[in-house]
Amino acid sequence: MESNVNLIHPYVGKYLRKEVMPHGMCPGCGNMSIANTLIRAIDKKYGSFDKFVFVSGIGCAAWIPSPHFLADTVHVVHGRAIPAATGIKLANPELNVIVISGDGDLAAIGGNHLFHAARRNIDIITILVNNFNYGMTGGQLAPTTPVNARTITTPYGNIEEPFNLAKLIAEAGANYVARWTIVHVLQLEKSLMRALDIEGFRFIEVLSPCTTRFIRWNMKSLNELLDYFKNNSVNIKVASEDDIKSGKIIVGEFAERDRIGYLRRYRKLIDRALSLWR
Amino acid sequence: MRVNEIYPPGKHFLMGNEALVIGALLAKCRFYAGYPITPSSEIMNLMARYLPLVNGVFIQMEDEIASIISIIGASLAGARAMTATSGPGFSLMQEGIGYAIMAEIPIVVVDVMRAGPSTGQATKAAQGDVMQARWGRHGDQEIIAIAPASAQEMLDLTIHAFNLADKYRVPVIILSDEIVGHAEEIVLVPNEEDIVIYPRKEPLTKDEPLFGGDGINIAPFPTLGKGFNVLVTGSTHTEYGYRKTQDPETHKRLVNHLVNKIRINRDEIINYSVHGDEDARIGIIAYGSVYRSALEALNMARNEGIKVKLFRPITLWPSPDGEMRKFAEDLDFLIVPELNTKMYALEVERAVRGNFEVLSLNKIGGGLPIYPEEILGFIKKVR
Repeated sequence: MESNVNLIHPYVGKYLRKEVMPHGMCPGCGNMSIANTLIRAIDKKYGSFDKFVFVSGIGCAAWIPSPHFLADTVHVVHGRAIPAATGIKLANPELNVIVISGDGDLAAIGGNHLFHAARRNIDIITILVNNFNYGMTGGQLAPTTPVNARTITTPYGNIEEPFNLAKLIAEAGANYVARWTIVHVLQLEKSLMRALDIEGFRFIEVLSPCTTRFIRWNMKSLNELLDYFKNNSVNIKVASEDDIKSGKIIVGEFAERDRIGYLRRYRKLIDRALSLWR
Repeated sequence: MRVNEIYPPGKHFLMGNEALVIGALLAKCRFYAGYPITPSSEIMNLMARYLPLVNGVFIQMEDEIASIISIIGASLAGARAMTATSGPGFSLMQEGIGYAIMAEIPIVVVDVMRAGPSTGQATKAAQGDVMQARWGRHGDQEIIAIAPASAQEMLDLTIHAFNLADKYRVPVIILSDEIVGHAEEIVLVPNEEDIVIYPRKEPLTKDEPLFGGDGINIAPFPTLGKGFNVLVTGSTHTEYGYRKTQDPETHKRLVNHLVNKIRINRDEIINYSVHGDEDARIGIIAYGSVYRSALEALNMARNEGIKVKLFRPITLWPSPDGEMRKFAEDLDFLIVPELNTKMYALEVERAVRGNFEVLSLNKIGGGLPIYPEEILGFIKKVR
């Protein structure tokens, strides 16, 4: 029977590579929902991927842009997406450089670069997909795994405190910091649009389900986590001390500053250097 | 600002590390990322001073890993990019260098060698990284490493290194040492108009293969932001950059290309010099700062009526095997003086496959050169 329903997503061919569809993410994974939201924000603002470069490290979230995005994508070694993006942006300031990678990649092995990028206020956007564990390598402990959660390397429960990444990067000096969960699609899109508007280091953390690993060992179903996201998220604007202490997920915008970005500072430095030499 | 406004053409009295910086600036290196480490720091200090003047980017990164990766990013975005370090930092950079080999990204990495292992002797000269330069990464690979022996060569060979990197889309390692880096000598700074820059080959159409190949031809370099929708990855990939990590054929084709593009083009890459009496039966093979002592020892021996000849590999990797073999054909003795515990000497043994022993003259720990008198004394002792 012939169908006149178009089963091809409208982004395929324009923003996504036809050759790699259908994508290989697990059923219920949040990755392609994040991709969808990001592309929608870029589509609304720019109408194309022209002059965009996406940089990622190693892990499932790093596969969001590479190879799916029909754009320049740089898939580097584990943990080093941010320094690669730094080099790309500084060598060609015309490019819009976006890092998309996971919590293990950006906050564990690559943690050093993340904090320094925020301090430097380097002009890139970083989207950190936090799924509470290392999905690709089989579900190991991450610096974001909640206390007592089970992973394959914490079979008796996690005894380490996780990072509060959005707070940490806001403190480190990033110009824009937001945290949302995968159920906050519209809020995430708004944050991405905002991030695309400003200079300096912009950091967006997205809490996202890992159905194959984390959920399997810690929850009954994907829905349990999605419900948790829905019912336990409190916006930072209205969050009380009790909310923070009782383990609610604090979402929203953690920082919005207008510190001058690294690039504009560097251009001023060039002028200063030349005036001293001439 | 022009480079010659900072360093006018003509004679200057400079340390090797400074001469290297001039070479990099003349080679149109416009991106430097680094991390302080003795005895290479002068390179970074001077890059910080001069790169902004020539509209380049200097950035001090949080560690050597970030340094190597950001120069890879800068190179992908179209800049000629470099970093400099010494042993410990060179160790940290190895994964990044492997990535640049796999994804065929031209970069220049300077290692001003000091005594290791580990923190070792930070201020003392050594040649202990010669095998790390060759084999520091995991996996099958070839790389180019060149060993300057004077301040002038720090300038000249750095220009050459950038051209080799762009031509073969491979990291090029400048393997200097503390003596060459810090010795002050007369350096002739050229006119920047006279510098030959090898241009990166750009893709002509949007559907050209951008990676890998047959080992002879190098694919065009896909600069980011030019509409090629380039897929760059360190995973095994097809000629178009698509990850294909399960297919043995794809991996074999890619790795063979990475290895063969250096092996097949070795005659074009390899640089060496031969000195002394052609019919001498005593030979020396020496590189870097030790080559300078060996050359002096050769002249001293000649004054005493002892015939000696000297082979100096300028390109350490790929190793000039055939050239060394030919040099050693009629020798009775072959001496390899080195500031390590017999590293390149083993490589020489493998290369010459002679019926004679390769005699190793080693010195470690003092940070002192192997003096010409020591080499001469060694020659007299074994002869």
